[in-house]
Amino acid sequence: MTIVDSLNGDTVENIKGLLRELVQIPAPAGHEGRVRQAIQEIITPHVDSIKVDALGNLIARKGRKAADGRHILLSAHMDEIGVIATHIDANGFVRFTSVGALFLRYLPGGHVRFLDGARGLVGVNIEPGQTKFPSMEQMFLDVGASNRQDCPVQVGDLAVFDRPMLEIGNRVVGKSLDNRTGVAVLIEVIRSLGESPHTFTFVFSVQEELSRQGAMTAAFASDAEMAIAVDVTTSGDTPQAARMAVSLGGGPAIKVRDQGMIADARIVRWMADSAEQAGIPHQYEVLELGTTDAQMIQVAREGIPSGCLSIPLRYLHSPAEMVDLNDLAQTYALLTRLLTGKAAF
Amino acid sequence: MNDVEGALEPRLTIGSEQLALLEQLSNTIGVSGHEDAVRSLVIEKIRSRVDDLQVDTMGNVLAACRGTTAERVKVMLAAHMDEVGFIITADEGGGLYRIERVGGLVTNWLAGKVVSVGRETLPGFIGTVPIHLLDESDRGRAVSMKQLRVNLGAQGAGRVSLGEVGTYATRFKVSSNTIFGKALDDRLGVATLIELINHAPANIDLLAAFTVQEELGLRGAGIAAYKMTPDLAIAVDSTPAYDLPVWDGSENTRWNSRLDDGPAIYVADRGTISDPRLVRHLVQAAEATGLPYQLRQPGGGGTDAGAIHRQRDGIPSVSVSVPGRYAHTPVMVARISDWQATVNLLYLALQRMDRTILDRSDDDYR
Amino acid sequence: MATDPTMLNLNEYLTAMLSLPGIPGNEAPVRDMLARVWSPFVDEVSSSRLGSLHAIKHGGGAEPRRRVMVTAHMDGVGMMVTEIIDGFIRFTDVGSLDARVLPGQEVTVHGRRDVPGVIVDPGERLLPADLDGRAAPMRYLFIDTGLTPDALTAAVQVGDPISYALQPLALDGDWLLGHTLDNRASLAAISICLEQLRDVPHDWDVWCVATVQEETTHAGAMTSAYTIQPDMAIVLDVTYGRTGENHDPSTFPLGEGPTLGIGPNIHPVLHQRFKRLAGDLEIPYQIEVLPGNSLTDAHALQVVAGGIPCMVIGIPLLNMHTPVEVAAVKDIQQTGYLVARWIEALGKNIVEPLLAEEPA
Repeated sequence: MTIVDSLNGDTVENIKGLLRELVQIPAPAGHEGRVRQAIQEIITPHVDSIKVDALGNLIARKGRKAADGRHILLSAHMDEIGVIATHIDANGFVRFTSVGALFLRYLPGGHVRFLDGARGLVGVNIEPGQTKFPSMEQMFLDVGASNRQDCPVQVGDLAVFDRPMLEIGNRVVGKSLDNRTGVAVLIEVIRSLGESPHTFTFVFSVQEELSRQGAMTAAFASDAEMAIAVDVTTSGDTPQAARMAVSLGGGPAIKVRDQGMIADARIVRWMADSAEQAGIPHQYEVLELGTTDAQMIQVAREGIPSGCLSIPLRYLHSPAEMVDLNDLAQTYALLTRLLTGKAAF
Repeated sequence: MNDVEGALEPRLTIGSEQLALLEQLSNTIGVSGHEDAVRSLVIEKIRSRVDDLQVDTMGNVLAACRGTTAERVKVMLAAHMDEVGFIITADEGGGLYRIERVGGLVTNWLAGKVVSVGRETLPGFIGTVPIHLLDESDRGRAVSMKQLRVNLGAQGAGRVSLGEVGTYATRFKVSSNTIFGKALDDRLGVATLIELINHAPANIDLLAAFTVQEELGLRGAGIAAYKMTPDLAIAVDSTPAYDLPVWDGSENTRWNSRLDDGPAIYVADRGTISDPRLVRHLVQAAEATGLPYQLRQPGGGGTDAGAIHRQRDGIPSVSVSVPGRYAHTPVMVARISDWQATVNLLYLALQRMDRTILDRSDDDYR
Repeated sequence: MATDPTMLNLNEYLTAMLSLPGIPGNEAPVRDMLARVWSPFVDEVSSSRLGSLHAIKHGGGAEPRRRVMVTAHMDGVGMMVTEIIDGFIRFTDVGSLDARVLPGQEVTVHGRRDVPGVIVDPGERLLPADLDGRAAPMRYLFIDTGLTPDALTAAVQVGDPISYALQPLALDGDWLLGHTLDNRASLAAISICLEQLRDVPHDWDVWCVATVQEETTHAGAMTSAYTIQPDMAIVLDVTYGRTGENHDPSTFPLGEGPTLGIGPNIHPVLHQRFKRLAGDLEIPYQIEVLPGNSLTDAHALQVVAGGIPCMVIGIPLLNMHTPVEVAAVKDIQQTGYLVARWIEALGKNIVEPLLAEEPA
């Protein structure tokens, strides 16, 4: 698949550059300060106003509404899943629990980095004859300590996966691509946004991986007329994957429904029509497990009609999530078109 | 001599007056959705000490003590009045009643206990088949709610109606530094708030919410916070201490909190990441004044902060709990010294609050 | 009904007795109280070698007088310290307890001083994962005294007895709730019996015996019976009460009178005569079938020395061996009254049929 002609040739490189920078900033849910600072520095020159709200959402405004324009809210969450230390044992091993939906199967052997820089790896103890996958209680972090006193970590410290980004063919592999890809695409859209009849509220939200409190409170504070979340979705194109009609490389997935919401039908149609008119490859997403910021935005105050543009992603919530660069570019293209054209209603 | 900064600041003491209040609160029944008796007691205690007092539609008590300095920050303190218990679901005649639990009552502690039931707080008991009459296969099998009956005695038939509630009849007791009692979750918090109302700092607007239905999913606190619109909030609760030996003698890695280590400050629970600025403020207040504190083991559980922080456009929140063993059972065990340190940590932390606490710098609480 | 409960304030007396500890082998507090209460009604009070209480009221018959032994055990189930670990007590039961009723019970640990505590279940996270819905067995439960580890080890040691500490409670409808109603209910019935006999002439010597260690080995009953060598023994004990759904034939409703036992531990003539007496006096009673071992002191008494004819009278009791044992005060009163009338009626003509091959 090729990138549609209208794309600036630098777009992919720009997004990749952003991603490389963003994925290495640790930002577990509730502790998004560092990634927020980075985003704020990048987008401040490109927006009309910018602020940080009570819970830590980064909220930027841009544009003046024309007669046929709308106020559109776009949300991409900044946070990522992580672990938090619950106990330091006598031998200096760190016991932990999850922040967000951590899948145990991805943990053993993985590396983590704490907010203050301490590094560790996930060890696991398996009983002889054990056939079940080990529980979190059987896992621990080895941070190079040999007793409680010399352990650099204390109870309550947070850590995230620690792994550099890797390019494999036309694909990118890394930690926290959920949702730094959404963040990178939205930043690139903001940086390159041309004339538009609409006014925008861009929300880089906190705590999506918990229960989307950031989007919920940001939407409460907004008077937007419609909203789009930019996030990732899982795919059904790996061996024996759960059935799902989303594949890597198939273009942005237009969310029809997920576990938490049914996307506004007018917005779904708007996204599909725009993609077809522009020849942007796209697919439809019906996600049975998981949801996005849009779930909360949709029901804020008297309601904000919402949809979601999803970037297909494999190995969700693992230290090696994978996306296709073409999908990022096409998502960028569709989003740009949506924001500069006529609104859904 | 004590060279800890602030060591000479006035402190609050848990004495006989405060223990008598806690005793009264602990012995009062206030099962979720039926907090009336606790509410009346709270109102009686605070009525003359607050600038504003309301009861909202769910039964939350919303009180305000306004400060006197300029540029005051509005601080909501929330403690829940309700406790877990049971509700009468069927009258089987002869003084026997079937029950379901209200909130997360730990069911395997129910059999063989004395209880108080209904509006008249009638004495009764939860019986059990004598061990002699049990089949071998039934021995040791956990008792299910289906098998349990509340028995109100020979004349107990028709004395309570379906939907009335009850709980354990445990009487509050103090043994040197240790408190034994039911519903210390969260009457300890309620008593703490009353104590802070009695010593309300001048530099803040203290908004005290005595909430309902926390045990049913934090239902009261959300609407309380919506109404109060505070700048920040602190849930004051009781958190389980699992500081007991592990069955096989291995190291206890899941203690949640520990008795004698002072107030438990929350970094994260099941669904809430505490605001790092508030965690830091509390930790610094404790360290500056030489008060003990512990960071509660991150993980499951939740407090009213879970509902408060997501109200309106977001309310930075944190929780501070008095550690207590055996929550949601007939008897909790807590320390007077932990409670006193909790009251003082809040008292001193509130006095150190101004608007700069909400300046965003970094998110690391250390 | 012709009892006169005004003489002894039964509720008050029972409540005082139910507040005392008395686990097997450590019955002294109960014995001391019973000695005080029974003394005014009897001629002699003494203690057996194992600690059972003997109270003798002489009859008016000619020497050698016949002896009736009226007996109830004064020990109650309890617990014992097995280990002290990190400020917590591990324990085992003395007499059989259902571990499922233990979490949450208030107890007293009888150490160098009495230490209050509460039995606790440490909870799923500190217990083996393979319990699979079964209740935590006793070996995993603890007693939390609230004491620091140092203070605890200074006050308590392995082997110290532990008793329930729940305060007795009067319930609606003449029911009384308290720990160790098994078998303090029967001791109260003996007290009523003695009170009833105060100015009543009777031929036989009456030996009221409060025995030790019934819950474990029946050691008290056996040894006292050997000392006394009675012509007849009346064993008072509690039996299983019935609630709504429980129609097990070995259970009996509260408030409908004592049970008269029948079965191999019981002499059939005694059973028949008791039944007749109760009928004549219009005292309500229920028939309790006790196949094989009656699980009362009668099992041991029957075969002491040359053999002792036994009768077993039961007081229905809910929740046996838990701290929330419940009995009807009326059943206790009627038991005492029935035994008193029995003793009053004991003449010369009762013993011979007891020696016959066939019941009369």
